Amino acid sequence: MPKQIILAAHFPGVNNQTVWSDPESGSQIDFASFVHLARTAERGKFDFFFLAEGLRLREQHGQIYDLDVVGRPDSLTVLAALAAVTSRLGLAGTMNATFREPYELARQLATLDHLSAGRAGWNVVTSSDAFTGENFRRGGFLDHGLRYERAAEFVRVARRLWDSWPAGAVLGDQLTGRFVREPDPGAFAHHGEQFDIAGHFTVPRSPQGHPVVIQAGDSPQGREFAAAEADAIFSRHGTLEAGQAFYADVKSRLVRYGRSPDDLKIIPGVTFVLGDTDAEAQERARHIRRQQVSPQTAIRLLEQVWNRDLSGYDPDGPLPAEDPDVSDRSVIAGRTRMHADPVDTARKWRELAEAKGLGIRELVIEVTGRQSFIGSPERVAGELDHFVQSDAADGFILVPHLTPGGLDEFVDRVVPLLQERGVFRTEYTTTTLRGHLGLGPPRAGRVTPGHVDAAGAAAGAGRPAVPA
Amino acid sequence: MPHPPLHLAVALDGAGWHPAAWRVAAVEPGTLFSAGYWAGLVAEAERGLLDFVTIEDSLDLQSTRPDGPDGRTDQVRGRLDAVLLAARIAPLTSHIGLIPTTSTTHTEPFHVSTGIATLDHVSSGRAGWRPRVSARRSEAAHFGRRELPELRPDRLDEPGYVQLVGDLFAEAADAVEVVRRLWDSWQDDAVIRDVSTGRFVDRDRLHYADFRGRWFSVKGPSIVPRPPQGQPVVAALAHSSVPYAFAAGSADVVFVTPSDAAQAEAIVTEVRAAEETVGRTGAPLRILADLTVLLDEDDSTARRLRDRLTGLHGGEFDSDAASFTGTPGRLAEQLGQWRRVGLDGFRLRPAVLPHDLTAITRQLVPALRDRGLFRDAYPGGTLRDLLGLPRPANRYAAVASA
Repeated sequence: MPKQIILAAHFPGVNNQTVWSDPESGSQIDFASFVHLARTAERGKFDFFFLAEGLRLREQHGQIYDLDVVGRPDSLTVLAALAAVTSRLGLAGTMNATFREPYELARQLATLDHLSAGRAGWNVVTSSDAFTGENFRRGGFLDHGLRYERAAEFVRVARRLWDSWPAGAVLGDQLTGRFVREPDPGAFAHHGEQFDIAGHFTVPRSPQGHPVVIQAGDSPQGREFAAAEADAIFSRHGTLEAGQAFYADVKSRLVRYGRSPDDLKIIPGVTFVLGDTDAEAQERARHIRRQQVSPQTAIRLLEQVWNRDLSGYDPDGPLPAEDPDVSDRSVIAGRTRMHADPVDTARKWRELAEAKGLGIRELVIEVTGRQSFIGSPERVAGELDHFVQSDAADGFILVPHLTPGGLDEFVDRVVPLLQERGVFRTEYTTTTLRGHLGLGPPRAGRVTPGHVDAAGAAAGAGRPAVPA
Repeated sequence: MPHPPLHLAVALDGAGWHPAAWRVAAVEPGTLFSAGYWAGLVAEAERGLLDFVTIEDSLDLQSTRPDGPDGRTDQVRGRLDAVLLAARIAPLTSHIGLIPTTSTTHTEPFHVSTGIATLDHVSSGRAGWRPRVSARRSEAAHFGRRELPELRPDRLDEPGYVQLVGDLFAEAADAVEVVRRLWDSWQDDAVIRDVSTGRFVDRDRLHYADFRGRWFSVKGPSIVPRPPQGQPVVAALAHSSVPYAFAAGSADVVFVTPSDAAQAEAIVTEVRAAEETVGRTGAPLRILADLTVLLDEDDSTARRLRDRLTGLHGGEFDSDAASFTGTPGRLAEQLGQWRRVGLDGFRLRPAVLPHDLTAITRQLVPALRDRGLFRDAYPGGTLRDLLGLPRPANRYAAVASA
């Protein structure tokens, strides 16, 4: 049997990939938008729904960035509400581990798992930026180098808390009057570098035992963290060859943690454009790119490379002759600087613009954010399948460009073709997200000191063991 | 009947408020942690046209001791996060208000604000929030960020402890202030989708909260657009002067715990005086009296159930609120009498779920209606509308347009 494809539906995000100027574009905050996308995904038998998070509105030149969609709900709360209007679809979201405490977040995730009867997933991210920290008690305290230390310890503490109520701890025997089997349910203690906590967890073991843990990030540290702790990686999409190299690298790291390659799913985020023919899809893709890069957006995106105020430039005119400002001062806040060597990027872009005779907007359209899969439903289904069968991915997190209807066409036209190929389910066969993803039960042994010590030593990472 | 003469809510917790409730409840005790159990309860409350339900919560295991676990196995232990529970129920209901509890001591005001704002969005304007302080040392140890002394009833009058309680409520007031500023940090018309200028929002209609306080500073704006109600309903449980002042300064609704009508009158007077002292502006607090209720067809049946619960529990049930045992008709009469001292309504704590909840919705409510004290249909609208609270103007919009 060919490999089965994992599919997830990403609610459109707060960047210029999401087109809000289209007449079809709906509200980014009305619950009806979330219901529509989630139900569409469930109709398409998707593995899970995914919601990203940002804990501070982005800024450019010290002002709130106003050209993209702004505003979204709290991930956990909207996922809990979606549990009421779906029955099989996994419900996953990003929750930043820097600005939360393990006791509270583990409790919320276990609650979500109960309320969804085993469909909860958590994308662990950390942040070290003081900018976002200004919204929190903690502030921007976290040293960049400690991000994965904190993430790893956070996840280990969360797993300890999820294990603190053994299965069957709630007896509820009305005759004998015994509600809980043992007198001290939920007892835990953790004394580590990042967290020093002890007491009692309040949530009985949830249906999945542990919600699905997702890791986003491609750095060597991120890969190692995923190999040690995660059930899935939300990775960046690239060429088939780059995907295969990433896939092989990450899967090879698992053995050091006593895990098999199937224990960690690799799911890149991808975009798509469909058409009746490949040519029509290409035409739609070009139209969408122009919607994604308005004249104003083109200047702002260029500023993110040049790190200068370029508001005086004509979006249809030539690129700036001056070089980018490479000082530490940044015009952007709340998002990552994407270009390692901006002077070199600027040089290449100028050359390309001159060679093809492109103005600023056309150049930006050319060099940023081309859709991952463009074509007829047959072509897109074939290419997605090829990526998975060639071990460049285990599946995809689809990011539609329209809220809320951006997934409709994919579900109506591509999913049936994947099903015909025998690479995607025609009905749900399990009830939990772990089940959909083909993950076994969570390994209870993972947080025992002996196991973590052994894994840490084998990896040479010198990570602190969790004390008993 | 534009505004019902009496506001009626129920407080949901575990299998009911009597510690032995789970022994006699007609539900499988294991289902206490399932969505279906809670959805059923709230649907029943909505059938009774109640104003809202509250959902209790604590960042610690239930205990009969003032601080720390008691090791007992014969009572309900364990509970789910109340905000998420409320969100899970919201799409299944359409009129009733949902008021979950959160701690202000160990949580991030930013997360609380966005969570309740989201609850308001998913419920189309039916969200509330009950902030509470966490004074237990055992709770603080779950976070490891601050040391609290052991909570001991015999030490409550010591100066150091009085200071601590004052600080916890001052921090709670700061938390409510931050949460409220964040709810207002988006003007209602901030999203403009102006294709000609390429702007999705008008950033002049987004505002920094810029809160700086003793315990935390929060910059803002919120990541969540302004909730449908503008300001979701804030409710506080208060037993004494410090929390009365907190409620007067921070809340829309206060739950009080009189033992009889005379005491209810004294509390109403004290709460109104506290409003005066803190210089409250806007709508006065809605004052609801808490009452634990054990109801049955006739008084003797109700008493027999109470005696059975007492036997199972091994003693009288000790509660901060007064208890009523009897028929729904007699309760309707008592509520009618109590409200004359200036109470706006009642938050009833069912002793046994769903037994006493259905007695409320199917018998008490008709009895109140017969006396002209309760609505016969939902008027439609938000929780603020149900409570007769106007939708507040945005504090920043007022400044911006001045």
